[in-house]
Amino acid sequence: MKLKLGMALMATTILGSALAATAEDVTITIESWRSEDLSIWQDKIIPAFEASHPGIKVKFTPTAPGEYNAALNSKLEGGVAGDMITCRPFDQSLLIFEKGQLADLTDLDAMANFAAVAKSAWSTDDGSKTFCVPMASVIHGFIYNKDAFKELGLEVPQTEDEFFAVLDKIKADGNYIPMAMGTHDEWESNTMGYYNIGSNYWKGEEGRLAIINGTQKLTDKPWVDAFKSLAKWGAYLGDGYEAQTYPDSQNLFTLGRAAIYPAGSWEISGFNTQADFEMGAFKPPVPVAGNDCYISDHTDIGMGMNAASKHPEETKVFLNWVGSPEFASLYSNALPGFFSLSNEPVTLEDPLAQEFVSWRKDCHSTIRPTYQILSRGTPNLETEMGNASANVIKGTETPEAAAERLQKGLASWYAPQQN
Amino acid sequence: MQDVKAKPRFKWHIVVFLAPAVLIYTAIMIIPIFNTLGMSFFTDVDNRQVFVGWQNFNTLFGDERWADHFWNALKNNSWFFMIHMLVQNPVGILLAAILSSPKLRFAAAYRTVIIIPAILSFVIVGFAWKLILSPLWGIAPWLLDSVGLKSLFAPWLGLEEYALTTLSLISVWQFIGIPMLLIYAALLSIPEEVLEAGECDGLTGFSAFWKIKLPLILPSIGIISILTFVGNFNAFDLIYAAQGALAGPHYATDILGTFMYRTFFGNQLQLGDINMGATIASAMFAIILVGVCLYLFAIQRRLRRYQF
Repeated sequence: MKLKLGMALMATTILGSALAATAEDVTITIESWRSEDLSIWQDKIIPAFEASHPGIKVKFTPTAPGEYNAALNSKLEGGVAGDMITCRPFDQSLLIFEKGQLADLTDLDAMANFAAVAKSAWSTDDGSKTFCVPMASVIHGFIYNKDAFKELGLEVPQTEDEFFAVLDKIKADGNYIPMAMGTHDEWESNTMGYYNIGSNYWKGEEGRLAIINGTQKLTDKPWVDAFKSLAKWGAYLGDGYEAQTYPDSQNLFTLGRAAIYPAGSWEISGFNTQADFEMGAFKPPVPVAGNDCYISDHTDIGMGMNAASKHPEETKVFLNWVGSPEFASLYSNALPGFFSLSNEPVTLEDPLAQEFVSWRKDCHSTIRPTYQILSRGTPNLETEMGNASANVIKGTETPEAAAERLQKGLASWYAPQQN
Repeated sequence: MQDVKAKPRFKWHIVVFLAPAVLIYTAIMIIPIFNTLGMSFFTDVDNRQVFVGWQNFNTLFGDERWADHFWNALKNNSWFFMIHMLVQNPVGILLAAILSSPKLRFAAAYRTVIIIPAILSFVIVGFAWKLILSPLWGIAPWLLDSVGLKSLFAPWLGLEEYALTTLSLISVWQFIGIPMLLIYAALLSIPEEVLEAGECDGLTGFSAFWKIKLPLILPSIGIISILTFVGNFNAFDLIYAAQGALAGPHYATDILGTFMYRTFFGNQLQLGDINMGATIASAMFAIILVGVCLYLFAIQRRLRRYQF
């Protein structure tokens, strides 16, 4: 009797699953390094997509950021990678596109929603082919503690002189560490420091492209002057900043112990939940009053399609949706600080994010200077920028010597810089 | 009379018993090692592996962009090893000598406490020490401050001149239990009669240790030295956990393991290069092989062993 019941049950399960399989939804998966965003994708973005697209189920399967590139490459080699690939900007993605592992998306309908600049991070060097849908950029600037500024009667600095005057005042008062940054992790020094203030010196795109064309050198005045300005930072960082790591800096600021935090806009959502004081933001101060301002508005994240995907049609449907204004508004508001690259204007609710994005109106946008083409060789320019910036802040290398070393390294493999 | 001199039977059971170990060892050690050695003779041209002979090694030792990093890593690695030989092993022997003294109370408790760090994960050790030494939230500056010695504190892990020594000492702290245990076992195996005979000849206390025990534990010290050598030149985890793949500040703590990792897997915008990575791994393999062989031929054969 028991046995029969068991058999009957088994039969129904098998039959049931067979029936379900005929009408089964197609499941497509996303590879990503943004493990912090797991809940946002699961609770907000994916349900919105699935509601309007019955029959397609989406799974978000992130890897830790540090392991993403290596893990993705081995998954692609092994043929087990997901259908959608979250794209790092420039060479990391270009390389897998050239291997034929990312599909060519030049003709995707949604591409019409993006300007060439937005697509540049995921296009071939000549711009003829695009392989990822641009999702978001991050903007550099400074986040400050509004309460601390009020307490000390400080105004938001516009020029560099004002900036250092503000830092001097905070230091003289002694209640707050003027600026929260450490040199331990090195990338903080160039990403939050050198690139942040530097675009005002090398005039954004003008200087960046001049290095790529070989018409400027890293030892030219604008690039060295930016280091000279950075060299003054050491005096305003916390005690023992040499051993201060990136999470240390974040905590130092959100605990209210530091007044200014050299930031990327990606910090906004984290800081909103951590800090219990009011925060404001100001753009990198210009060296001379009245100069045009330049901001680092870096194309950071896109999404492409695994060329070996078993569900290319469904994946394209999803990617078209990722390129739509609906996604742009959903994503930018769910993750304040990641700004959509879509031509369609997006209304942001977060005040801090609004402040960051408002700079796009008054200033010229550029991307981080080392990301396109210049970090292809050995020594790697991006890595060298990190330790050069850290050395300059610590004073173990002069701005001139650091620039000299970087130029020598770049010229050793990059032909346009060799004459 | 009888012709029993027939061929001895082939001893199949030896093959059977060896097979699992040989197969597993071959699959997960021997083949990967030779694969790695092989990879260092290839390079990537348009996504295809092309044989280039010794070219990668020429780049590694001849091109200053690579050679500088390599010699820096080797120099740092040697310093890392020196600290272990000068601090870890002598202190380990000393601890073992103290522990083996019959007058010591709670010896088992001390032994356990000293061995505990060795069973901790590198990640925990790296993270814990980073916190202890943190200039912001660390207990080290606070402790020094409470005895009025705050001026002695420096952000050790962030300064080029101190970082490597600091990390070496952290590693010594972690592994001091290993030489201690090995020497402790060797000391316990020295028969009482020998020591008593020495006592009759007037050797007690420190001179008994120096003249009787030390010569008897020399083979163990040799083993410990070679274990330290292999362990240190293969080291990677602690530096990676504490300083990251860049082994900062300014490559001051870069050792062969981190240099290999960074090259093989890439870092930030630097793409991984499996062939140069394999070349560095082969160089490490050669260094360790030469070191171990030197030890075996020059020292191990000359050590005298005593049987009781």
